[in-house]
Parts: sequence; structure tokens; C-alpha cells
Amino acid sequence: MINFSFDGKTYQAEKGDTLAAALLRNGIGLVGRSFKYHRPRGIMTAGVEEPNALVTIGDGGRTEPNTRATDVFVYEGLVAKSQNRWPNLSFDIGAVFGLAAPALSAGFYYKTFFGSAKRWMFYEYFIRKAAGLGNAPTKTDPDHFSQRAAFCDVLVVGAGPAGLSAALEAAEAGKRVILVEQDNILGASLIRDGQDLDGAWVDATQARIRAAGGRILTRTTASGYWEHDLVTLTQRIAEPGQTPPHGVAQRLWHVRAGQVILATGSIERPMAFAHNDRPGVMLSQAVRTYVRRFGVVPGKRVVIATNNDDAYKTAYALKAAGAEIVAVLDARPAPAGADSGLPVYNNAVPLSTKGARHCLKSVTARVYGLTQSWDADLIAVSGGFTPVVHLHMQAGGTLDWNDAAQAFVPASSRQNVTTIGGAANPEPVFNVVPVSKPKKSFIDFQNDVTLSDVDLAWAEGYRSVEHLKRYTTLGMATDQGKLSNMAALGRLAEKQGVAIPEAGLTTFRPPYTPVTMGLLAGAGAKDAGAHVRRLALYDVHAAKNPIWQPLGYWFRPRAYPVGSETLAQAAMREAKAVRSNVGMTDVSTLAKFEVTGPDAAAFLEIICATTVGKLAVGRGRYTFMLREDGFVFDDGTVWRLDENRYLLTSSTGGADRMATHISYVRQYLCPHLRVSAVNVQEHYAGIAVAGPQAKAALAALIGEEPPRHMSTVPAMIAGVPVIVLAASYSGERAFEIYVEASHAGLVWAACEAEVSAQGGALYGLEAMEFLRIEKGHLVVGGEVDGRMTPHDLALDKMLNKAGGYVGASGLSRPAFSEAGRLQLVGLEAIEGNIPEGAMLVTGEGASPQGHVSAAAFRIMDGGSVALGQLTDGFARHGEELIASSPTRGQMARVRVVAPHFYDTAGERYRD
Amino acid sequence: MMQFTCPHCGPRDQAEFIYERTVDAVVSLDAAPEEAMKSLFTRNNPRGVDEEIWRHTYGCRAWMVIARNRVTNEISATRAVGPEALP
Repeated sequence: MINFSFDGKTYQAEKGDTLAAALLRNGIGLVGRSFKYHRPRGIMTAGVEEPNALVTIGDGGRTEPNTRATDVFVYEGLVAKSQNRWPNLSFDIGAVFGLAAPALSAGFYYKTFFGSAKRWMFYEYFIRKAAGLGNAPTKTDPDHFSQRAAFCDVLVVGAGPAGLSAALEAAEAGKRVILVEQDNILGASLIRDGQDLDGAWVDATQARIRAAGGRILTRTTASGYWEHDLVTLTQRIAEPGQTPPHGVAQRLWHVRAGQVILATGSIERPMAFAHNDRPGVMLSQAVRTYVRRFGVVPGKRVVIATNNDDAYKTAYALKAAGAEIVAVLDARPAPAGADSGLPVYNNAVPLSTKGARHCLKSVTARVYGLTQSWDADLIAVSGGFTPVVHLHMQAGGTLDWNDAAQAFVPASSRQNVTTIGGAANPEPVFNVVPVSKPKKSFIDFQNDVTLSDVDLAWAEGYRSVEHLKRYTTLGMATDQGKLSNMAALGRLAEKQGVAIPEAGLTTFRPPYTPVTMGLLAGAGAKDAGAHVRRLALYDVHAAKNPIWQPLGYWFRPRAYPVGSETLAQAAMREAKAVRSNVGMTDVSTLAKFEVTGPDAAAFLEIICATTVGKLAVGRGRYTFMLREDGFVFDDGTVWRLDENRYLLTSSTGGADRMATHISYVRQYLCPHLRVSAVNVQEHYAGIAVAGPQAKAALAALIGEEPPRHMSTVPAMIAGVPVIVLAASYSGERAFEIYVEASHAGLVWAACEAEVSAQGGALYGLEAMEFLRIEKGHLVVGGEVDGRMTPHDLALDKMLNKAGGYVGASGLSRPAFSEAGRLQLVGLEAIEGNIPEGAMLVTGEGASPQGHVSAAAFRIMDGGSVALGQLTDGFARHGEELIASSPTRGQMARVRVVAPHFYDTAGERYRD
Repeated sequence: MMQFTCPHCGPRDQAEFIYERTVDAVVSLDAAPEEAMKSLFTRNNPRGVDEEIWRHTYGCRAWMVIARNRVTNEISATRAVGPEALP
């Protein structure tokens, strides 16, 4: 015996029981409360389609709400709780909503929205409290979820007689086979109806498939069918709420199959009659499953209601187990069931049920137009069979209408998939039109949708089945309409006066059954969700305990505070060191490309919008790149290291897209050029040394005269070969030193020793930002925001007049030379500090004419300055505006000036 | 997820590839402005087969043109591009 608890009370289950079987074994019929009306509900099915018996399993981080009691196997210590009830299951205050049922009919939410907002605010509190299913867990799931890829020639879904035979045939023909079954044992319908083929056949077949190399996965659901025959499988290794044996609770498989065979069987349909949702109303095949598979007899006096032959097997199974069959209500005319030896009533359909203490009491039916009642504690219902076509439809298939079975069956598919067995050939049934009270005849048990809700939606003008679904919520939630869709379609078709196939179908979407979110995330959860790119000098920086700044996947030092310095204080001290002495910083993340070959210059003149070919060896220049539509895309520097060898740098943030762009241009647009363009972003680490004393520091480091501004030389520092580029972003005399990343530590240490000998400091991104704003240098992603042309940024004088670069034709669009464009300006505060991101307006209530893209303070002199974009800004220097940030509650009076606040003559970076 | 046959690596999951654009959206370097704008902003978008440029970014990094039916996802042809594919 296995111990488990339900709503705090301990019970015993037999080995192999589902929770539903164990509850029935213990005489528990009432399992949950319904979604909207809080009606008492029991167990209706024996499979994943269960709409009613939803429970919360487990506790803490392993809590799994809305678990079908029919889809969890009992293990020692399982904890289950009923849902949507207060204070307890048998006495639930929310059940008063059932009395208010007319007010909660189809489209209730929509209608409430149309009322006054006040009314909705009133309703909302109660509805949110009352409606719904289980509560989501609040603790972190302690378990792991793994993912695996697999390939096979044949994937067989469903291990009933058809699936087992197909898998055996394929495996013994030498094909790689995967057979999946959502149950924990094989056999499917044979488990309840094993007559011709029994358990021994299942065992033998299983052994032969394995012996032929086939892989069999139980407790595994093919939940999604994607493109090119990719099927995702969700495998339960541990049951819901159970501590997994090796830490892994579930596994997600991506299976690329050569061919897919669907042997998914069918799902039995309920019938619509009044109070058909009571505990004690079960599907016929489910009853048979409980009797034959689990040895549980869910009732002593049983009424069978059917429109087909299959339900008679249930009657025999119940009879053999000692239950009394009080009536078989067969909707078909005589002589159906005549020789069954059972109390058969033909032309008989159930009208309603009565109950007491949440149990079934009696069943009333119409027999040949007359009403008749039977005392019964169970009614086993079979309204026909709906083939499981979900995967076929997810794969983009079409359906045919099988009139004899009153069901859709798989037709053609654009993917390599076939359906076999019961899913392709459902049993014939007799079509029954519901005759009972529509207001109490449920068709969607999970969403509390009745026949009258469909009628109401129709009366209010909802014609499409997709609209019907949204309006009534039919077919939503965990069962996704597995039991209800056909009943709803039947009613809709009846209203429309058309045949069911003409009424249309809703879309089948993955997953087939609910999937745990953690399974989709797999190992990519928490910190593993996005990778981290580590600087070569990461450890060097970390030892100094900087304030880190995330920048794409990178983390870069933002400032190196000393003592109790704040970020702003540290950054200002660092910036002052650069302006007055010397500072150094890590610039390793800049994008870097080495371009070599006889056509290197020609290639760079396609990528860059400036001239490159005229550069002398050992010289470099500022450059920028355009998108094909003419907007500035990125900027950087280009250096001629050798006759046919160039180094191109561009922004950190744009590094990956620049790498793709360069590859696209080289491989697709210019395959004929003799050139190689290699991404060396992480091959080289970069160190910038800047400030009035930078030249002296560098001379000491390389032992020779440092290169003049915009020149480059190869050199040695600490015995390591480096490339020295004399370029300035800060506005001071500055150098960038590039070194193979693996040796960067030695060069950094030498530079740091020299800089501190000069009395300088390290500086981070924040100080760099202060320096470049004051100098008026652009930032990609700031001033270069994808909407600015070279003209808007005052870069047009540098454009290559010969054209031929990417974006040249886009740039000639007439709209680019029209008035009214945003243009780069500087802003100087007259009063207040300029808030970053502020709008630029002429006065209160005026519409914005631009915005502030970056704001800072003058480093040595103080005073708030900013860079911004202003409509026709070039012609508005001297004008006074207001920079207003309502979101920050800040504003400043500003004057429009040229975007250079420091060393406008550019004397400081030249010797 | 689709499966593409890289001309260099064989059949691989779509997750290894990055989509660039359709062939009709390629702006040649000598395109006239009107032609360039047409390629960028008024593309064909056919209901049926289109030629698309993809890159095997998380594999061999090569570019290729894949003829894909945009309704059925059927891949009818794949050809390599780049210097090695020049005649």
C-alpha cells in the first residue's frame, strides 16, 4: 500500500493507481469546484482530457497546480489539495455564484467592460477572488529540467495496438524507431479491453521492438508538431510534486523524424443533459478503465447512456465486477442492444440527474417520448468518439468529415505524417440532438459553458466558431476543449442550420497537454538565460572592486571608487585626472576588424562612407558607416598598418551587427574582391591612455617617441608586441594600445605602474562619458540613434565624394535635404541642470522640438552641458529653450550652441 | 523549427541559422536611388516560393540562398554564395 493525502487527510492507494483511481478506491467522488459557478465536480475521465478533477500536487517549489488527478500516478507521500473552494470542498461559499449563473453567462466580462468603469471596479474584486483554478507556486522550483535532441527514421506516437504494431514493423525493418506513450505502461485501449491481444502480446511486442534497437519512452507526451517533422516530447521522469531520483524532473526532447506515425486513438465524448456535471457522471470507457485496470468499481447501481456499441463493454465489465446495471439507455432505435442480455431501452436519451450530498441519486431519461427515472449512483456516458487529430493539425494537415462516426478524421498533410488506428477510423455512432434544459446542460465542464451559452452567443451575433470560443471561453484552459469542442460545434451547426463540417473548427495549437514552464527554459534559467562575455582583464578590474556596468553581454568598469566615493564623485575625480594629468581605461570591447588583401582599401571604401584609400601607411582617421537607407549605422576609426593591411574599429554595442554587415558585404555583395575581413574583437585587448601626461607616459613605456595624433606604430611594452594608435576620444592627447588578449595583463600592469608614477588614475565608462560629452564626440546608440543622416550629425563634409559605399544611394533621397530634420546641437544651461532624456520646448504647452541625448557637467569649470537633437538645430545657435523632463520632474533653461564645449580648436590632442 | 541543408555542413536545425533578407531586398552597390528604395521598402512578399538569404551563423558561418515556400515551408533549393561559389 502507498500512503497519500488529499486535503490534509491520509489515504491508501494500490501500486499503479492514478490519483483519480486512488480517490475512487477510497470512495471520494467530490474532487473539485468548477471554475465559474463553483459547482461540485468529480472524476469524469481516466485520461489527460479530464476537465473536472483538477488538483494541486506537492508543496513548496514543487507545487503543481491544475494537475489532472487522472494524469498523476500516486507515490508514497503524495500531497494533493482540491482547488477553487473556501472554506472547504464540501461547503464552499463560492457556490452562491451558481445561483447567480444567469448573470455570469457568455460574454459576461465583455458586457461588464461596456458598463461604467465603476461597476467593473466593483465586480473585479469578487471575480478575481472567486474565478480561477489553482494558485501558481511562489517558491523556486528546486528541480532540474533537461533537454535533449534526437533523430529517428520513424516516430510512433501512441502505444496502443496500432502504434505497437507499426513500431514493431518499422524496427524489424531496420529503421531507427522511437515509440512514445503518455501513460506509464504500454497498451492503451488493450489495458481496458485486452481480449484478442492481451498483456502478454504487449510485453512480447515491447521486447521485440527493443531487441530491434527501437527506443520506447513512457510517461512521454508528443506535445508539439513543428516544421519539417520536428516533434517535441515532454517526458515525466518524476511525477508532479515528487522528488526526482537524480535531480531531473522532466526532459524535453526535440525529435527530428524521417516519418511520423500517429496512433493517438480517440477521446470519448460526453452527452449534454441537465446536471450532467455532477460527481457520479462518468465517461463509459473511463468507468471500464477503473474497473478493469485498477479494480475499482465507481458505482453499485449504474445507468449506461450510449449512442454506440462500445458502451456495452462497460456494462459487461461492471456486471462482471458485481455492479448492477439498472438501465442501458441506447439512443439508437431497436433492435440495437437487443441480444445483450441487459435492460436496454431504445430511443432513450438522458434528460437530467438528481443528486444528494454531492453524490448521484437518480437519472431521468426520455424513452420513446416518455419520461422515466431510475435510482442510480453512477451513470456511464458514451456520446461517440473524437479522434485525437491535434498533432496532425499542428503539422498543417487537413480533415475529412466521417459522417458515420460524426467525427473529423485526418486527411492530407504537407508533412511526412500518417494517422493509423482508432484516430483514423473512429467507431460509428448515432447522432443525438440534445433535448434537455440547455441552461443546466454543460458542454465545457472546465469553463462552465452550457448549451444556452452557445445559444446566447449565437443570438448576440457570434457566427464564427473562433468568435464563439473567445466569447464563451469554450475550449480554453488545461483540457483545451478535448471533450467540449464537438458538442459546441454540433450546437453551432444546428443554430446555423448547416452540417458540422461547414461550421468550421478552431485552431489546434501546441502543446497537446499543459507543459511546465521550467521545461521549456531547461538549463537556460536564471543567470544562464543570457551569457556573460568576460573582459580579458576581468580579474585585474575585479581586484579593484569597481562599479560594473552591463553593456550588451559585457560587464565593464563604470568607475573605480576610492574610499567612500559615490559613482558621481569617483567619475568626476577620474575625469579630472584625464583633463589635468593622465588616466587609463580598458577599451577591449570595441569592435575590431583586420582587413587584408590587395582589395582591402576598395572593400573598406564600400563599408565606410569616408575615403580610406588615400591613407598613408602608419596613418589613421575617423570614419563612419551607413545603412543602406542612408542613416548613420556606426562609427569608429580606420588605420593603415601596412600596404595591404588595415585595422577598422567600431562601437562596442554595434560589434555583432557590424561583424554580420561586413560578412554580408564581403560574401554576398562583393565575392569577387581579393580581401579577407577577420573579426579580431576578442583577439586584441585594448588599453587607452589619455591626458596631458599621456605622451610622456607612453614614451617611457615604449622607449621611443610616441606617434603623433592619428598615427600608428608597432612597439613593445613589457616585452610584449603591441600596436599603438594615437587617437583621442576624451579630447586630450591619447593613445590606444592593442595587445594579444592573452598577454594583456603584462601590458596593463606596466601601463598602470607608469600612470601611477605620473600621479594619474584609472577611469571607467562614466568618466569617459563626461569627457566625450564635453568634447562633443558621438556615441552610437546615443546621438547616432538610427534616425540621423551624416548631414544631421554634421559629418557630411567627410563623405566620400566618389560614392560607391553602402548607403550612398539611400542618402540621395530628397527627404534628407528638406527642412525640419533633427540636427545635432550642444546645449548649455542658463538655469538649472539639464536632465538627460528631456524634451526641448520653446515654452510651457508647446510641442517638443527635440530632445537631450546626453548630459554632463564641464569637468574643470563646472556648469551643466548636453548634446541633443533639435529640429533645424544648426540654424538655431543662440536660441533659448526649455529642457523639460516631466517623468523626472526636472527642467532647465538652456541655450543652443555648437556641440563642442572644450578645446574647440582641437589643440590639446596635437603636440 | 525548420531544417535547412547547409551546402557545406548538411542538414541542420534552423536554430543554427540567421535570416538576412530576401534576394529581392538586396541593394546592389550601384543601385539607383529609386531602385534602392524599392528593394528596401516595397518587396515582393509572394504567397509561395521566395528566395531568402540565410547564414549558418552557429555553424560554418557561410551564407546561402534558400528557396522556401512561405506557405508550406518546403525547401526547393539551396545554393552557396561567397568567393568559393564564384564560377
